[in-house]
Amino acid sequence: MAADTNPGGTDPVVEITGLWTCFGQTIVHAGIDLDVRRGEVMGLVGGSGSGKTTLLRQMLALERPHRGSVKVFGVDLHGCARAELEAVRSRWGVLFQNGALFSALSVYDNIALPLRELRALDEALIHDLVLSKLQMVGIEAQHARKMPSQLSGGMIKRIGLARALALDPELLFLDEPTAGLDPDRSESFVKLIQELREELHLSVVMVTHDLDTLVALADRVAVLCEHRLLAVGPIREVTMLEHAFVRNFFRGERGLRALEVLEDMQRLMPI
Amino acid sequence: MSGAVPAAAPSLSESTDQRGRRLVQVEGCWKLQRLAPELQHIDERLGRIARGGEARWDLQGIEAIDHAGAALLRRAWLQAGSPEVLTRPEHEPLFRRIEAARASPLPSARKRLPPWLVPGVWVLHVLGHLHGFVVLVGLVAMDIARALARPWKAPWREISANLYRTGAQALAITALVGFLIGVVLSFLSSNQLKLFGADLFIVNILGVSIIRELGPVLAAILVAGRSGSSMTAQLGVMRVTQELDAMSVMGIPQMYRLVMPKVVALAIGLPLLILWTDAVALLGGMVAAQAELGLSMLFFIDTLPAVVPIANLYLGIGKGVVFGVLIALLACHYGLRIRPNTESLGAGTTSSVVTAITMVILVDAVFAVLFRDVGLGF
Repeated sequence: MAADTNPGGTDPVVEITGLWTCFGQTIVHAGIDLDVRRGEVMGLVGGSGSGKTTLLRQMLALERPHRGSVKVFGVDLHGCARAELEAVRSRWGVLFQNGALFSALSVYDNIALPLRELRALDEALIHDLVLSKLQMVGIEAQHARKMPSQLSGGMIKRIGLARALALDPELLFLDEPTAGLDPDRSESFVKLIQELREELHLSVVMVTHDLDTLVALADRVAVLCEHRLLAVGPIREVTMLEHAFVRNFFRGERGLRALEVLEDMQRLMPI
Repeated sequence: MSGAVPAAAPSLSESTDQRGRRLVQVEGCWKLQRLAPELQHIDERLGRIARGGEARWDLQGIEAIDHAGAALLRRAWLQAGSPEVLTRPEHEPLFRRIEAARASPLPSARKRLPPWLVPGVWVLHVLGHLHGFVVLVGLVAMDIARALARPWKAPWREISANLYRTGAQALAITALVGFLIGVVLSFLSSNQLKLFGADLFIVNILGVSIIRELGPVLAAILVAGRSGSSMTAQLGVMRVTQELDAMSVMGIPQMYRLVMPKVVALAIGLPLLILWTDAVALLGGMVAAQAELGLSMLFFIDTLPAVVPIANLYLGIGKGVVFGVLIALLACHYGLRIRPNTESLGAGTTSSVVTAITMVILVDAVFAVLFRDVGLGF
């Protein structure tokens, strides 16, 4: 693959330069530059309507920016050949906000689908792989034949994650991974992503509203506000910023609680 | 180690160690993305090595591996019956994961029914549909009675919207189809009639066939395909997106606001569409008759009431009411049975249209038998 000019190096996995997005007369992004480094978890935050989801969709080559470029694994998504894009797509996994499981396929077939699409693996191997992914996300084999409509929201998220991990991707996109989960479930989901990150050496780009998730997972945070990136950096640096949005978002009552936990954790286990 | 795909290709080598035992050395990158292009080849080699019998497997040379690679290798050394496998400690969890996945039993696929039970299931299925349909007819009848009892509270806005969508917006397509059928029918008939010098009978033929049969059936089939499918899909999507549930919990009666207006709207709209289709088809027929037989349009219009009894028109319009009610009821019946998944949505819409068209033709045949003494006397 031509994209791997520097395997194992510190090349950014995702590289956004000078990105502009407009919907008609409305400007959504006005010149955004963002790098996601290999092996890190990048949290993308911003108010409602600030264009987080649009930015994510542009990173997934589902939408085209007005101006600027998005490179993933060094490949310019909006200016490359089809085959190159296909190759990139097989190296990332995406967890959509509502799981986006195929409602006509069982849990097992949902996860097996990307594996079968390779047309290289036999059914016995696919069986082993599907069950190991299911186990990885903490779903018992007895649920494998169920249809998505028979599952709870938390299970749909987990199975969506298992499907995103089916091809053992290097890069994982998470859109609101804990939205719609109760605190207990969302905590265990966060823990799951932490474990998987260790086990699979993943880079993660995560859009989230949930401060607890952000504090627990993100190495760096990018704050999207007023069409630009207000700040990119470790969460503690970002929270120090003097800006109305940051103050409300991170240093509101909820934010302070989440940050307190962070401080406590760091006191107990100095990094 | 980073998550990048390392350059080293997956490699396998066989040798004998100092104590004369077979040694299989596995090296390189054993990740799925790397393996996929040459997987068949690698799998064959693994199989050949495994059939060679017991050996020590040394996996310490592996630079990177994922579940797919681990599953592949594990299968090979199990096949060889090799107890001795050396792995890097950081790869251990992967192999353990595959091991555990292997051990967890998958529930068996849905059991297939024994063949002697299949007809029974079929009968139950049909009975279920019949039961559902009868219940729906009853509910709609009650809703209509309720609307008549308190006409100022009836869902007029919904009825009007449905009338516009199913009626007014179908004017163009019914006109196009009607006109062309009229032209074709007139052209072919005039050719035959000319042979017998019975030119004038073109008015009878076109009048009776279009007003009594073709107009109603054509319009009904077009509406079944156009509006029936959209009604089914609308109700189905509302089920998938829980909009039906949202209506229920707000205390808005689904039948009264969704189903009844559709039925009423089609019962009014389809007869009007039939009238329109009849008119346009006759116009097409007149145009072709003038071109082919030199029959003037004025003469055609003049003769029509004399040779085609008005009962035919009433019959055609009466059919339209029945067809309209039938199409709307069937569309809603299938729409409300859709389960919240995409496959069910597709299947439900197809069944709705196919059933509606079949029923229209079936009921038309019943009409033809029942009213054989009406409107055909000369």
